[in-house]
Amino acid sequence: MIEHGSGAKTGSGANSVAGDGAAADDNILVVRDLHVSYATRSGPVAAVRGISFVVPRGKIVAIVGESGSGKSTTSQALIRRLASGGRIDSGSIEFEGRDLGPMSERELRSIRGGRIGFVPQDPSKSLNPLMRVGDQIAEALRLHLKLDKAAAATEAVRILAEVGLPDPDARATQFPHELSGGMRQRVLIGIAWACNPQLVIADEPTSALDVTVQRHVLDNIDELVRRHNTSVVLVTHDLAVAADRADYVAVMSNGEIVEQGTTEQVLSSPTHEYTKKLVESAPGLASRRLTPSLTALGEQQQSSAGKLFTHTRPAQPAGSATASGAIPAHSGADAAGATNILEVSNLVKTFALRRQGGGSQVLRAVDDVSFVVPRGSTFSIVGESGSGKTTTARIAARIASADSGTVSFDGTDVTSLSGEALRQLRRRVQVVYQNPFGSLDPKMSIEKIIAEPLRAFRVGDRTHRAEVARELLEHVSLSPSLAQRRPTELSGGQRQRVAIARSLAIGPELIVLDEPVSALDVSVQEQILQLLVDLQVQFGLSYLFISHDLGVIRQISDHIAVMRSGKVLEAGTAHDVLANPQHEYTRELLAAIPGQRAV
Amino acid sequence: MTNLRKPGFVLGLIIIAVAIVASLAPQLLATHDPFESVATDRLLPPSAQYLFGTDNLGRDLYSRVIYGAALSLLSASLAVVVGVVVGAIVGLISGFVGGRTDFIIMRFVDVLIAVPGVLLALIVVASLGFGPVSLALGVGLGAAGSFARVMRSQVLRIRSEEYVEAARTLGVRSPAILVQHVLPNAARPVIAMAALEMGTAILSVSALTFLGFGAPPPAPEWGALVSAGRDYVATNPGLSIIPGAVILVVVLAVNRVARSIGGDE
Repeated sequence: MIEHGSGAKTGSGANSVAGDGAAADDNILVVRDLHVSYATRSGPVAAVRGISFVVPRGKIVAIVGESGSGKSTTSQALIRRLASGGRIDSGSIEFEGRDLGPMSERELRSIRGGRIGFVPQDPSKSLNPLMRVGDQIAEALRLHLKLDKAAAATEAVRILAEVGLPDPDARATQFPHELSGGMRQRVLIGIAWACNPQLVIADEPTSALDVTVQRHVLDNIDELVRRHNTSVVLVTHDLAVAADRADYVAVMSNGEIVEQGTTEQVLSSPTHEYTKKLVESAPGLASRRLTPSLTALGEQQQSSAGKLFTHTRPAQPAGSATASGAIPAHSGADAAGATNILEVSNLVKTFALRRQGGGSQVLRAVDDVSFVVPRGSTFSIVGESGSGKTTTARIAARIASADSGTVSFDGTDVTSLSGEALRQLRRRVQVVYQNPFGSLDPKMSIEKIIAEPLRAFRVGDRTHRAEVARELLEHVSLSPSLAQRRPTELSGGQRQRVAIARSLAIGPELIVLDEPVSALDVSVQEQILQLLVDLQVQFGLSYLFISHDLGVIRQISDHIAVMRSGKVLEAGTAHDVLANPQHEYTRELLAAIPGQRAV
Repeated sequence: MTNLRKPGFVLGLIIIAVAIVASLAPQLLATHDPFESVATDRLLPPSAQYLFGTDNLGRDLYSRVIYGAALSLLSASLAVVVGVVVGAIVGLISGFVGGRTDFIIMRFVDVLIAVPGVLLALIVVASLGFGPVSLALGVGLGAAGSFARVMRSQVLRIRSEEYVEAARTLGVRSPAILVQHVLPNAARPVIAMAALEMGTAILSVSALTFLGFGAPPPAPEWGALVSAGRDYVATNPGLSIIPGAVILVVVLAVNRVARSIGGDE
């Protein structure tokens, strides 16, 4: 199957991961020149193109790459469990000296789960919802270790204790929906390690988890690796996670391994262009606020803030807003009113939760939150899921309303605006959503999407709006030729640029950004953050930025508020909060940012 | 189009195409004047001259079936249009406004669906007078209830989509959101259902014209042709069976094609 030439070449490539120290027979897994393709309507598409690497015994090898790089395909190919249409075209996968390629399905089954464990990506979908978690672990034990029912049940409880679930006896009898995401992932890790495997393949094991939970789960994996001397293939998009946890790193791009070696080598002196870019853009590894690029500064001087086209749309009658609503017309940045564009005080929002067996409980999602956003700066709220950060942002943007408290925009109380007055507020406050796949109407062309706010406020005629849309596309670094495409034809990063362009169209002063980069690949994240920083300077914008990721927050914020359970625990300038955190939880969040071990 | 490789679909399309030509330009397909009686050629069996034979007045049955397509298919189409338009508007408003309005509208729709379609059509025809248009209105209103339900469920789904909320925060007014975002995204299942409804509408219209609620004689309508042949079932069964078979074939063809449009395979 393998030609001599490429076989020889991959031999050397395979050794390079292990370095000089590791002897060849100490490698639990040896992959040579692996090619995987998927059958599609227009013929086979290569997903993995000739990769070779080895996994030494007891070590963690991270495969790092962005979406579409072929990293997940690789992890699936290792246990020959490819998605439908996928096939291994050539190459060998030697596990403990035996090639898995020609092995029968029957033999493979005894290896999968028994000697190779698998930790899937999404803990919410990977457990059987109708089976108690203890039974799901016991299932693997009975199948591979042939334990009887009682022994398997006892062993399952021991495993739950080992993966760090509190009160394992009780947890074993619970169903997956009764556990949090982090606990479910621990259960899945428990299943992977249940039969004491030699190798565990973990496909993005913590991507769906909060940072502090992610840290504990990864700690748990580390501990299991040490105790059982297991080898791990850790597939991740997050270079910082790899930096913290892996002994060796292989960087994948376009189905090829572009660089591999010890973690230290790869991160401290990356040789390949792509790795360099990845290292630079990893939010966990970068530590400063991004500065506006030179072109952005140039444009600002040229147009002397306030004279930009979006703020001086010719067809926008200055008096119309005053006539029809409570909000005075916005006539350029020169007319700066209050120094704080947004002031939020004593917000409270409660939700009634139904409890099992009747009765209800009140959840205080936002609990007495106050903050101010100074004009022209970025105010960030950081918190984990359930912290109330998104609810707070939605109230501040007047999408949701608070039970009590006030929101005042540019010195005017907007808390109880409704109808046309609220609509007029949208000229000045815009929102960019987290999910660029959901926030753009799939049936509309890009041009129409971007021009929609203009149409809603009857700004300009059709040709003028099309012109503005094209100009905005250029401002967000997209080709105007995309104007007639539909959102489904664009990548996630491109869509988010479109969403940003749309929010700029009407010339707002404040943009509320709700996790605008968390659905994107890291290198794209960095580009979007840079774009936001540039646009802020060009258009004199203020941002209210929401994120769970302190690494991202660090790159864009002037002021930071840390939220947990609906309360602001700590707030201050970005420098103070990050360099000198006062609250215990902030310190914990900072410590949980992956990538601290590196460089 | 993978559909074009399926023989059933292609056959269905051909039959529909012929039916459409027959309803728009019957003179292209007909061999005789549908109203001309030839006294000597009464109740003849099918032959080369009279493809489907002749009726009791000596008129060519084949030409009458061809000319009948116009009335039968056009009133069925009109019925579907009435059903879709009324149903879609009601469903759209009900789903988008929500709350009490939704509740009240949907209870009316429940009543509408509870009354059998043909009975409802009879009531409408009886109050508006006989004829193809009132027939279409009756059949269409009978179908409007289910269209309203489908539309409402689509609107409820789309109303919670993020791009609808995004449009609101962009400052787009509610009616514009309804027309620009909700309607285009909700339309597909309703269109698929309308295609399926076409077959049912042809049947209902034929059934009602069979009962004599359609255009007055001598206008040829498929249901009326079946009805007219009833008196001669013993001697010339073809007079009823052939128009009946034509109805059957066209309905089957419409359903087959509609099923593919709905992506139901």
